[in-house]
Amino acid sequence: MFDFGVVTNWIHTQLTSVMPEGLAVFLECVAIGVCLLLLYVIIAIIMIYMERKVCAAFQCRLGPQRVGPWGSVQVFCDVFKMLTKEIIIIRHADKFLYNLAPFIVILASVMAFAYIPINRGMEILDFNVGILFFMAASSIGVVGILLAGWSSNNKFSLIGAMRSGAQMISYELSIGLSILTIVVLTDTMQFSEIVMRQADGWFIFKGHIPALIAFIIYLIAGNAEVNRGPFDLPEAESELTAGYHTEYSGMHFGLFYVAEFVNLFIVSSIAATVFLGGWMPLHIPGLDGFNAVMDAIPGFIWFFAKALFVVWLLMWIKWTFPRLRIDQILTLEWKYLVPIGLLNLLLMVIVVVFGLHF
Amino acid sequence: MDSIMENNLDIKDRMAAFVPQVQWSEAGEGMFTVPAEDFRKVASFLKDEAGFDFLRSLTGVDWGDEGLGCVYHLENTSTGENVVLRTLDPDRDNATLPSVHDIWKAADLNEREAYDFLGIRFIGHPDLRRLYLRDDWKGYPLRKDYDPSWNGIPVENEETNDDAPTYEVTKDGSFILKRRPLFEDDEYVINIGPQHPATHGVLRFRVSLEGEIIRKLDVHCGYIHRGIEKMCESMTYPQTLGLTDRLDYLGAMQNRHALCMCIEKAMGLEVSDRIQYIRTIMDELQRIDSHLLFASCLAQDMGALEVFFLGFRDREKVLDILEQTTGGRLIQTYNRIGGVQADIHPDFVRKTKEFIAYMRPKLNEYHEIFTGNVIACTRLVGTGVLSREDAISFGATGGTGRASGWACDVRKRHPYGVYDKVDFKEITFTEGDCFARYMVRMKEIEESMNIIEQLIDNIPEGEYQMKVRPLVKLPEGSWYSAVEGSRGEFGVYLESRGDKSPYRLKFRSTGLPLVSCIDTITRGAKIADLIAIGGTLDYVVPDIDR
Repeated sequence: MFDFGVVTNWIHTQLTSVMPEGLAVFLECVAIGVCLLLLYVIIAIIMIYMERKVCAAFQCRLGPQRVGPWGSVQVFCDVFKMLTKEIIIIRHADKFLYNLAPFIVILASVMAFAYIPINRGMEILDFNVGILFFMAASSIGVVGILLAGWSSNNKFSLIGAMRSGAQMISYELSIGLSILTIVVLTDTMQFSEIVMRQADGWFIFKGHIPALIAFIIYLIAGNAEVNRGPFDLPEAESELTAGYHTEYSGMHFGLFYVAEFVNLFIVSSIAATVFLGGWMPLHIPGLDGFNAVMDAIPGFIWFFAKALFVVWLLMWIKWTFPRLRIDQILTLEWKYLVPIGLLNLLLMVIVVVFGLHF
Repeated sequence: MDSIMENNLDIKDRMAAFVPQVQWSEAGEGMFTVPAEDFRKVASFLKDEAGFDFLRSLTGVDWGDEGLGCVYHLENTSTGENVVLRTLDPDRDNATLPSVHDIWKAADLNEREAYDFLGIRFIGHPDLRRLYLRDDWKGYPLRKDYDPSWNGIPVENEETNDDAPTYEVTKDGSFILKRRPLFEDDEYVINIGPQHPATHGVLRFRVSLEGEIIRKLDVHCGYIHRGIEKMCESMTYPQTLGLTDRLDYLGAMQNRHALCMCIEKAMGLEVSDRIQYIRTIMDELQRIDSHLLFASCLAQDMGALEVFFLGFRDREKVLDILEQTTGGRLIQTYNRIGGVQADIHPDFVRKTKEFIAYMRPKLNEYHEIFTGNVIACTRLVGTGVLSREDAISFGATGGTGRASGWACDVRKRHPYGVYDKVDFKEITFTEGDCFARYMVRMKEIEESMNIIEQLIDNIPEGEYQMKVRPLVKLPEGSWYSAVEGSRGEFGVYLESRGDKSPYRLKFRSTGLPLVSCIDTITRGAKIADLIAIGGTLDYVVPDIDR
């Protein structure tokens, strides 16, 4: 496997040879920050394009066709349009919180995005309690949504915000439990380490039954966490027009929109990392020739393929299933997913203690 | 053509024995005239003892010097008897009539409509606000002495009036106006509509919420009221046909069929078998079109966008067939007095058969994707239950009534066209919930295809347009005819004074009864349920507003 650390180390040595280490680190941080934001935008654009094409395919349509080949420039045009639109601040809104809310949402999203290990040596934030910190960072988003709903001075927004508060905080539990199941299996919380442990088989295979249950719980809870699919109550367009972001226009709305899509990608890539081996190729013990071929495919391609596969799964669900009702969402979480998640965690402990995993 | 009271057994004698002042007039289909002071007594007698539990239609009429009043079309749902009553107040300036909203719930909104257009005050009505027009509207437009110049184009916003006026009788016989607030100050009231994705048009609900739970709901209509009934009064009979397609645009064929039937009945004109066959087939195609759109929109309201496009994909095929013959896709303008506008297209029979062969297996797709979906089931089953009694009392006909166990299909009750010659089932459910309302319509698509299959190969030869003079004059009298529209009984009440244009033309809205029962069935439900209930009631706003 190609280690991207070679590149970063080379850059670091080159920089330290001409300047003091402090300045070099500072420059590297700036460069990485810029790259991160660029990657964030590119991912957002890819996701929006993918969403349009995938949902069109499910709905017997073609999706964007006119702008650029296969409509590929459409999203760029839309982003440009969004940038040029006026940001309207409604009269009785709480101006400070109203303007702050989209940035909290995008901040949480960018922070969570920084944890994703794309390739060997391409982890931006990577330390021993990475998962814990990732969960904490991604939870900040709900604050932004609550603020947006509250400060808009709109009854629809407020209902949307209350719904998302109830929903996202509840489903955080299930996400935590399902990831914890894998943490029990791996005894580490560091993302890079988690990926490395999957060299001889992805956790969804190694942890067999409990890992599979955890994966399904994670998909459901992750979908709910990003307010999509059958769980899009906070913005349920046929009930609350647009939920918490009803009153936002221009790039303020754009930030919510982009954050939603990148959050979907983040949830999928964490699923890919924790359950499906991240950038680790598919290895079957004993078949050396096959493993060698798999190794020839670069890690980031593995990673993106897996993440986008999970994204595609979630899109499929979103465009097919009707929306749940608020009481059904909470029933699903508190009466089904949390107890199952807890039992599953126990099951995983038993599996690990008695060495029943592969 | 049968008269509306054809199956009326002995009601004349019973009425005469009960209230001797009741007069019978023969003009047209005939009706009883009940003095206003006896009207409540007669109404309760008819409801409680004679079993007339279904108020088919309530029409406010300005009879000039005779006074202002209303015509009530009643039906006994167990025996199928019909009776037509009218009552009036000769005092044009202070016309008052007793309210019957507590006897038939359907009277609630209909009396508000009569108050709105004719200024008849209904004593005892709990909420006599204007239904369609603005509160600051001057005059009552359906009165014959109304002058349109009294009202300019309003340039100011309408204030929402939260006081419900009630007229109560005092001991000395006069009446006083009381006002009662609709919503308290501390209630959390949100507007759903008039611009809202799930109201299917410009309808406005004001919903009082407690958290997510609906405590009370108030319907505001009239955002696209066009005064079609008033316009018809100044048009010749052939001209009035042009407006019916704009009522319920998903029942264009059926609406126009009803008006043509009513005028033909008044003329005493029998149309040829070919015309009957064509009209019946067109009605059923239109029903399939409407029910497909219903399934799509319900799915879309509930967030399942895939089914929305399935519905549109298949509906396109129906529209193509209709377009080939009629030239229209939404506004068909096909039926005419004494016939249809053009003969069916040479490909019509083949394409219709192809469509049915295509559609039958496709229906399974809907059931696989949506009907069997666990989320769709849990959201639809058991929500928004409308009891059979309420359905009858509100006059909620069509799929909504049949889902509540009320066999209210006009095609069976008062067969028209060639429905008496075809074999088809009337789909009824007993649950009365959203799921039953959805299933009724899905099954009706199959029944409609059965009907078309039985007819399509046997369209008799003959003329497609009877000989009718371009200027139709009807004799004096009043007539009512009804068809089973896509979403319930669509009725036409026609009163003629022997002119070339109607004296009063009333369209029984299929959607108004559906909207009037929303408050009853949404109380205690959640916002998301309101969307599902609204979707399954399947109202169309231009038909409510007229």
